[in-house]
Amino acid sequence: MGNKTPLYQAHQAMGAKLVDFAGWDMPIHYGSQIEEHHAVRRAAGMFDVSHMTVVDLHGDNTRRFLRFLLANDVDKLKKTGKALYSCMLNDSGKVLDDLIVYYFSENHFRLVVNSATREKDLDWIVRQAGPFEVQVSERPELAMIAVQGPQARDKVLGLLDDAQRTVAAGLGLFYGAALGDWFIARTGYTGEDGFEIMLPGDTAADLWNALQAAGVQPCGLGCRDTLRLEAGMNLYGSDMDETVSPLVSGLGWTVAWEPQARDFIGRAALEQERAAGPAQKLVGLLLQDKGVLRNHQRVLVQGVGDGEITSGSFSPTLGRSIALARVPAAAGDRCQVEIRGRLLEAKVVKPPFVRNGKAQIELD
Amino acid sequence: MSEAPSELKYSKSHEWVRLNDDGTVTVGITDHAQELLGDLVYVEVPEPGSELDAEQACAVVESVKAASDVYAPLAGTVLAVNESLADSPEAVNRDAYGDGWIMQLKPADSDAVNDLMDAGEYQKFIETE
Repeated sequence: MGNKTPLYQAHQAMGAKLVDFAGWDMPIHYGSQIEEHHAVRRAAGMFDVSHMTVVDLHGDNTRRFLRFLLANDVDKLKKTGKALYSCMLNDSGKVLDDLIVYYFSENHFRLVVNSATREKDLDWIVRQAGPFEVQVSERPELAMIAVQGPQARDKVLGLLDDAQRTVAAGLGLFYGAALGDWFIARTGYTGEDGFEIMLPGDTAADLWNALQAAGVQPCGLGCRDTLRLEAGMNLYGSDMDETVSPLVSGLGWTVAWEPQARDFIGRAALEQERAAGPAQKLVGLLLQDKGVLRNHQRVLVQGVGDGEITSGSFSPTLGRSIALARVPAAAGDRCQVEIRGRLLEAKVVKPPFVRNGKAQIELD
Repeated sequence: MSEAPSELKYSKSHEWVRLNDDGTVTVGITDHAQELLGDLVYVEVPEPGSELDAEQACAVVESVKAASDVYAPLAGTVLAVNESLADSPEAVNRDAYGDGWIMQLKPADSDAVNDLMDAGEYQKFIETE
């Protein structure tokens, strides 16, 4: 038996098919992964993401510490509640994890990191935090619910009192705010608008049930994966890990090179790689033939060399198979993918594939 | 509880077999199998005319999450395949024993179908699996 989130019983009551995910018993779907996917693109869906690891950082040097720990620069965070996406690198400039950092105050920032990398991340963060005298405390008592889709914000706002509603409705993209013992942020992992809400675990089921009563579709981690893939968002462990840098993972945009004086972990290695020119790049693929692209399938770029699919699936929104793939830097706009011994044609495209319910690429 | 019609035969790899009046058999995957796979998005059928051994992987059903092989429940020649699955793989989820059929075979041995499980045996098999 795995770890259970505070919503475990609610999932069972709503007919979830539960599977092991990084040691947690999590819903993969509640009947149909594709219908749940469409609910998020067209209306509103909710995900239990309480398995994710929430880490609070306290201390006067927290900003200085995070400017050293993370490849993105938390000096971009000036206003309370603002969030930033970043990679956390090792000394070789390879990706230990990707995470979201929230700025609460000069002596309080919050990280949300992946559950599959929890122990490794906590060890690393605690070790690096020592010299900065920053306190690292995990918040396992917090549950997290992501409500996503074009109607998601309205559904959540409908459950709030007037004062809370004013605050939540006023949140800009990638901003969050405290509402009593909740923290609500306009963030997500689907390519749709919505909120992610962190709240005490013992009240999470009440919110979950109220959202369902308001017409929000419970969604499993199955469609969370197809939604994030359509949105062109990386998944740690599939699209990047400790063997690759952000520069070959489509995450160069998250590395803050300026100011040059800022020393961050992995910077020296990353600058060398940048100067030499990264050997590979992460691209989107659209399969031209029928079939389904899958992780680890071989990608052939004629006259250039081989690559590999890092995340492949069927896109319910496009009705076609799509993938993220790591290919040689010189690859052009065509390639082939080997599926069960056959070579199928694929077009190289620039992710995202879908944003806010609409295709972002040409399907021909 | 998955459905398993009593007039059909079943394999341990979750294919169903219908014995037709002309001695041919129609093959698909069971309701239990489609339920485990979830929403199907692609089905690869064998080439008509190909000769299959019993338990040979001969077709592929792909759900959003994963690809799974379909095995020939008995040896035989592929007479026909369900071409419509190319455009509507979801027929397997909707109607596993009807519109979701995968292929029609001419058995190499007309008695081979008797070696398969009946509906009762199959139901017991999936409970213990």
